[in-house]
Amino acid sequence: MDLFHNLAIGFATAAQPANLLYAFFGCLLGTLIGVLPGLGPLATIAMLLPITYALPPDAALIMLAGIYYGAQYGGSTTAIVVNLPGESSSVVTTIDGYQMAKQGRAGVALATAAIGSFFAGCVATLALAALAGPLTATALLFGPKEFFALMILGLILASVLSSGPFIEGIGMVVLGMLLSLVGTDLNSGSQRFAFGVPQLFDGLDFVPLAMGIFGFAEIVRNLEQDDKLSLVTQKITNLFPTRDDFRRMVPAMLRGTALGTLLGVLPGGGAVLSSFASYTLEKKLSRHPEQFGKGAIEGVAGPESANNAGAQTSFIPLLTLGVPSNVVMALMVGAMNIHNIHPGPEVMTKNPTLFWGLIASMWVGNLMLLILNLPLVGLWVKLLTIPYRYLFPAIMVFCSIGVYSINSGTFEVYEAAIFCVFGYVLIKLQLPAAPLLLGLVLGPAIEENFRRAMVLSRGDATVLLTSPLSASLLAAAAIAILLIMLPTIRARREQALQE
Amino acid sequence: MKGSVIRNQRAFAAGVLFLAFAVFFFVTALNYPAGTAARMGPGYFPRLLAIVLAVIGLVVTLGAMTSTADRQVLRRWDFKGLAWITGSVVLFGALLFPLGLVGALFVLIMVSSRASHEFTWIGALANAAVLIALCLAVFVYGLGLQLPVWPSLLN
Repeated sequence: MDLFHNLAIGFATAAQPANLLYAFFGCLLGTLIGVLPGLGPLATIAMLLPITYALPPDAALIMLAGIYYGAQYGGSTTAIVVNLPGESSSVVTTIDGYQMAKQGRAGVALATAAIGSFFAGCVATLALAALAGPLTATALLFGPKEFFALMILGLILASVLSSGPFIEGIGMVVLGMLLSLVGTDLNSGSQRFAFGVPQLFDGLDFVPLAMGIFGFAEIVRNLEQDDKLSLVTQKITNLFPTRDDFRRMVPAMLRGTALGTLLGVLPGGGAVLSSFASYTLEKKLSRHPEQFGKGAIEGVAGPESANNAGAQTSFIPLLTLGVPSNVVMALMVGAMNIHNIHPGPEVMTKNPTLFWGLIASMWVGNLMLLILNLPLVGLWVKLLTIPYRYLFPAIMVFCSIGVYSINSGTFEVYEAAIFCVFGYVLIKLQLPAAPLLLGLVLGPAIEENFRRAMVLSRGDATVLLTSPLSASLLAAAAIAILLIMLPTIRARREQALQE
Repeated sequence: MKGSVIRNQRAFAAGVLFLAFAVFFFVTALNYPAGTAARMGPGYFPRLLAIVLAVIGLVVTLGAMTSTADRQVLRRWDFKGLAWITGSVVLFGALLFPLGLVGALFVLIMVSSRASHEFTWIGALANAAVLIALCLAVFVYGLGLQLPVWPSLLN
């Protein structure tokens, strides 16, 4: 079997001592930032991007991926013990997880979250491995117009699924694409929107932008609201779920995993959406919906499996089609670009060890996370006693050094300061920043494919609608827009995104 | 009454922001040759995007003024917190070369700490000492990043 052969290559890569070490480091860091509220995988990956420059590409990607799915594990700990989401994807876990903790079942809730995450991680790894081949084969058939249509579909779905009014999400995508045009036009070699600033000739680097918006501006927002932590102070004992617990959590885990695996693949999907959808599903299916909100174990098992599955399968569109489905994946594009790897169907054929190594490392990483999280949970809880006033200067320091080391220059530091102000404006206007970043990352590829498609068709734009593949992709995008306009669906979406 | 036409202040401001960016990018793009659809110049795609953004901006702005728009006021702005945080980053950039990493980090930590309501001099100083030591260990000695550590006068 090809699949097993490929996985064997992957495990051989992932099991190299250096890669094991970086996977471990990524998982450890991911858990750490997952536990700490106010610091997410996005800012962390952006901070570490410049530093990965010195690493071999497979080690760098293995570590960065570990941060993302590791954060899903860590986030649940904070949700259960402190009733605060350590990560946005564990918001729903606070509902029943914290109630379980108040009933003295914190250990069981933590174990449920960890077991669910581990199971989901294993399934998602297999799904990733199995789907990669066929999807890559499809992507190789794509020409410029198909890629153009695919990216438009991805961006539209991402705006549909982001919070706030749909049209504002699309506006942010277009603004992001406009910002991506800054710098040298590859076709003509002329400078656009650079205003003679040499540092802008290579384009706006998205690391300072992400750091300003998701690192610095986020700190200003966090400082405005002073939340008091309400730690469950009892000792965490008895990690083992009872037989009855198992009977109730296994079906929820299976459903959560399936849902997360599916939703992760969707552009705009990923961990956050998966966990919300899973909670809603469990509540609908349960024979005891009244127990939800009062410590139902399904309310922890489902969403925690779903968010981990979603985090991992969101790598599928990135690795096979070259389309990042969420902002963390957009940063992974940046990480790959640093190492001169262009995400898309060629990754699998040109860099098989990297591709399969990354997938295999996810399974290894999940195993590490299980060990890191269950026995060491007391240590992570201790971390939560660090007050935010000591924590945020540390974030400032790491972000600033990270931004500086992109080019060993202070220009990027000032750039991040400007985007801090811009990010704060976005927060106050409640405009979503994630679509902006996706537009920024996909902008150059969209322009390139659009221009190529138009050259091939001699300037006839209808070719986008006459070719069956690109027409159906654009039709799917149009249907998504129409659906969001329907009042009933709009109301339900708002309800689902708020909760 | 002031602002009575604008029912949704938040959306109105968002729409104006979109419009401002659209105008800026469109006017700047006029300097670049547009070419034709079959042979696009560097100015074609930017103009197209700017027009799309302008349309979106108009829809959002006008939507905020319809009689059925939600009533939303702009949230209160915390300019002080923003100024401490942004200022500390700018100072870090400005001081890194003259003062070196240790000095620039010290300023960054002390200035940004002021943004917190719970600021204390002793707490911030202790935090600075710990963080600077950590950064030297990790970035300078551990990862070997090229950073000026001490003031340039001493070198």
